[in-house]
Amino acid sequence: MNLFNIISEIEKVDPEIHERLNPRRAAIKNITSFGSKVAVAAMPFALGTLFKKAYGQATSTVVDVLNFALTLEHLEAGFYNKGATTSGLIPSADSAYIGFVTRDENAHVKFLQGAITASGGTPVGPATFDFTGGNNKGNGPFPTVFSSYATFLAVAQVFEDTGVRAYKGQAPNLIGNQDILTAALSIHAVEARHASAIRKLRHDLGHDTNIKPYIVSTATLGNDTGVAAANNNYKGEENVTQGGVNLVSALKVSVGVATASFDEPLSKEDVTALLVGSFIVSN
Amino acid sequence: MKTEINPITGGANMARRSFLRYAGASAAAVAVMGAAASCSKNDRVIVTPGGGADIGSGDPGILNYAYALEQLEAAFYLQVIATPYSGISTIETSYLTDIRDHEVVHRDFFKAALGSKAITALTPDFSKIDFSSRAQVLGAAKAFEDLGVQAYDGAGYLIKDAGYLTIAGKIVSVEARHAALISNLISPGTFVPADQVNSDGLNKSASIAEVLAQANTYLKTKVSAVNYNYKP
Repeated sequence: MNLFNIISEIEKVDPEIHERLNPRRAAIKNITSFGSKVAVAAMPFALGTLFKKAYGQATSTVVDVLNFALTLEHLEAGFYNKGATTSGLIPSADSAYIGFVTRDENAHVKFLQGAITASGGTPVGPATFDFTGGNNKGNGPFPTVFSSYATFLAVAQVFEDTGVRAYKGQAPNLIGNQDILTAALSIHAVEARHASAIRKLRHDLGHDTNIKPYIVSTATLGNDTGVAAANNNYKGEENVTQGGVNLVSALKVSVGVATASFDEPLSKEDVTALLVGSFIVSN
Repeated sequence: MKTEINPITGGANMARRSFLRYAGASAAAVAVMGAAASCSKNDRVIVTPGGGADIGSGDPGILNYAYALEQLEAAFYLQVIATPYSGISTIETSYLTDIRDHEVVHRDFFKAALGSKAITALTPDFSKIDFSSRAQVLGAAKAFEDLGVQAYDGAGYLIKDAGYLTIAGKIVSVEARHAALISNLISPGTFVPADQVNSDGLNKSASIAEVLAQANTYLKTKVSAVNYNYKP
C-alpha cells in the first residue's frame, strides 16, 4: 500500500477517523496527564504503549503521519548526503553551512525512526529517489542537480520550503498529542530555519538577487524562486486571507508583506502529487 | 457580566463598562485606560492588578499569548527602523524593515481576529537596549525571534481548534525564518544555533510561564497567565 494513501483509505472505511483523534476524548486527555509524570527518557516507549491502549486504531494515523514525515526526511537527507559526497559540488567555503542542514536532516530521520518504533509502528525505509525530478530517468527538470551548485541550492530551497508546508499541513492531525505535536512543530521550525538559510545563501551568492529568506508572493504567483518547474510547490502561498481577515484590505499592507508574513500548509495528497513520480520514484 | 472589581486595588476580571467608570474616577487608572484606548465598545478587557493583562484561557487565551508576543516584537522593530543603529547596511535595513512589516501584520491580525477578546495594547520597556548599537539590536532581535519560535512550538499543543493551530503554524515558520536570518546576520552560518536546536534536530520549545517571564522584562505592562500557572 502506498503509505501516502493510508489516511484517505482509512477515511473510506471509517469516516469517524478524525473524531477518534478528537482531543476532547478522555483517553487522549489522560495521555497528557500521564505523560507529565513519566521520565522524559521513558516517554517514547510510554507513549507508544499508551497510543496502543488509548487510541486503538487511531495509533495507525499517528504512525502514518510520522512515516509521512520520515519519507520526506529520507528525501532531504538523501539529497544532502549525495551532495556532500559529490566531489566538486559544494564549495569548501560553504561546506560547514550546508553541513548543518545535512546534519539536521539525518538527525530528523533518526529521531522519527525512534518515535515510530516507540509508537508501535514500523519506520518506512528510504524510497528510490531521482533528484533531477525525473522519476528514475535522471532527466527531470533539474538534470544538473549534482553538477551545478546553483541548481543544487535551487532544489534544496524547494525541498526546504515544501517540507515546511508538509509539516504544517499535518499539525491538525496531531492535536491532543502533546509530545508528538510539539516534536513535529519543533522539526517544522528547523526546516523553516533551513529554508531561510538556503534562501539567504542563494541571495548572497548572486544566484537569485531578489530572493528573500521568506516567501514573497504576488497576487497571482505563490512561487518567488524564479524556478518555474517548482510553481506547484508554492501554489497557495499567494493567499492573503487568514482566519477570515483579508490582510491586504483590512490591514492595508502589500500582497508581498501579507504573503511573507504567513507560510501556507500543504495536504499530504498535495505533497505526494508534487514529489511522487518525480523526485520519489513510483513504479 | 463579571463581578466588578477595582482594577487598581485587585481582582482578575472586569467588564469594560465598569472598568471605564473606575478609570474615569481615578487619576492612577488613567494610565491603565491609556493602554486600553484601542478597545471598542463591546470589549471585555481583562485587567490585572497593577495595570497588567492576563491572556485568559482556552484558544482565545493562546491567541492572546501570541498577540502579546507579536505586540512586543512589532514595537521592537518599529523602534529599530525609527532609530537605525550606526553602520546599518542597505541589506540589513531591507531585512529589518521586512521583519518589522511582518510583525506588525501579525500583531494587527491577532487584534482583528480576537476582536472583543483581545488583551489590551501593551507598553514596551526597551530601556535595556541601546538602539544605536548593532550588536545590541541584533542580539535583542535574536532573543525575540528565538523566544517567539519557542513560544509557538511550546503552546501549539494547548490549541484545540485545527484552524487556529494551522494559523499558529503559518506564523511560527515565518518567525523561524526571521530567527535564522538574524542569527546569520550576527554570525554567518549560525542559523541553527546550538542554544536553539538540539542534537535531534529539534528546535527548543518553551512553556507559557518561561516565555512570559522573559517577555515581561521588556514590558511595562506585565502579562500574566493565571490559567497556565504564571504570574509576573
